[in-house]
Amino acid sequence: MDKPRGPWARFLARPNEDPVKALGLAGLVALASALTLSTAATALRPRQIANIEAARQLRMQAMVDALPGLRAVMEELGVTELETRLVDLATGQMLAEAQGHEPETATRDPETSIALPEDADIAGLERREAQALVHLLERDGAVMLVVLPVRGAGYQSTISALLALEPDLNTIAALTVTEQAETPGLGARIESEAWQALWPGRQIADETGAIRIDVVRGQASTPYEVDGISGATRTGNGVADMIRFWTGPWGYGPFLDRLEREGLG
Amino acid sequence: MMRLPRHLTDPLLRANPVTLRILGICSALAVTTSLVTALTMCAALIFVLCAASGLISAIRRHIPQSIRLILQITIIATLVILIDEVLRAYAFEISQRLSIFVGLIVTNCIVLGRAESFAMHHPVWPSVLDGLGNALGYSLVLVIVATIRELLGAGTLLGISILPIVAKGGWFVPLGLMQLAPSAFFIIGLLIWAIRAARPEQAEHPDHSLISLDAKATP
Repeated sequence: MDKPRGPWARFLARPNEDPVKALGLAGLVALASALTLSTAATALRPRQIANIEAARQLRMQAMVDALPGLRAVMEELGVTELETRLVDLATGQMLAEAQGHEPETATRDPETSIALPEDADIAGLERREAQALVHLLERDGAVMLVVLPVRGAGYQSTISALLALEPDLNTIAALTVTEQAETPGLGARIESEAWQALWPGRQIADETGAIRIDVVRGQASTPYEVDGISGATRTGNGVADMIRFWTGPWGYGPFLDRLEREGLG
Repeated sequence: MMRLPRHLTDPLLRANPVTLRILGICSALAVTTSLVTALTMCAALIFVLCAASGLISAIRRHIPQSIRLILQITIIATLVILIDEVLRAYAFEISQRLSIFVGLIVTNCIVLGRAESFAMHHPVWPSVLDGLGNALGYSLVLVIVATIRELLGAGTLLGISILPIVAKGGWFVPLGLMQLAPSAFFIIGLLIWAIRAARPEQAEHPDHSLISLDAKATP
């Protein structure tokens, strides 16, 4: 056999059990895998985001359809979808320009998000965007429906949902889970229609303004409680904490207060 | 007519990975409630198995014995993540229904089994054919099971109504059991019985000559 020439041929000619070859080959396979996957993930990401967004729109449409009488109001107003507004979460003020806001990156970018203090971070988010999109339906200056995108840590994944509130801004009109990767068959049942149907009519806060909404084990007995799913206690707690966080002072609380006080302005 | 290579045809019936080796059962239960999810899963497995066998065979002379399993798993996992990403970009709705089961192809014993027992010792082309054959053998079982389950469980095939169900004004009462995992066990069990009745050489010999009352555990 010819004497191997060049570093590559010499590398391949080493015995397979040689540590340099073992490490080198492991490194090369890992490198090739990493390159393939990062290329694929980057190239496919825009399509995947578009899919997720389209699915979210469909869910929102389905949620609007499921709310009694809402379609009729929308037809009367001549609109087909809810109006989207950008809100400054700290002040609760609505901002003029909703275009160009990218929810996908705004949640992590240090320029557009804030770090949450540990005791306030009940939804396990670590960071929260400074500005967020909300969806509204208004008639004659009065709010008919507010839809708030919410998210929080579940048992093993981040749960995203749309929370729709009635004009009193305290009664839940609907909850639709848009993204989750909880345990199939257990926690993943938060996405089932049967469980989401338990939410309409629940109250978030009591007369004193204290947030009471919770997911409980066994039978719900007050207007602030929703039945949990057996075997998915932590997923249920995650959903409850998510709603408490986002309706509280670190979430949409200031926006909801302002909306109640001043209307749409 | 050219005869198809043995590597390709053998795993279809004579050495089917599901019915003879009882591999890949987990996903066969999970994705066969409807034909469209089963077909997607089959396509994913065909891609992963062919590509993994081909790649591993191509570098088989340079794979050190001590780290061969890690390298095989790395290559298989890469391909699985790749197909999962592609599905989420181009077949979003189906990928949602398949949830974790595409990712679980990594742990599908058929893939690692073919890599370890065939691709490590054979040239690229036979390895790819062997991968294709085994993937098609798996697909054949999945399609049969999914056809029976979707037809009897929902009265549809590929979402098109075949047996008009009572709920929509027809005459067919869907068998709810067919939508549950145990029905896949029953169907695969019956398939194995039928194949082994027709081909007695596939029947397993008892491990021990003494008659034992304990049921033999199948790995």
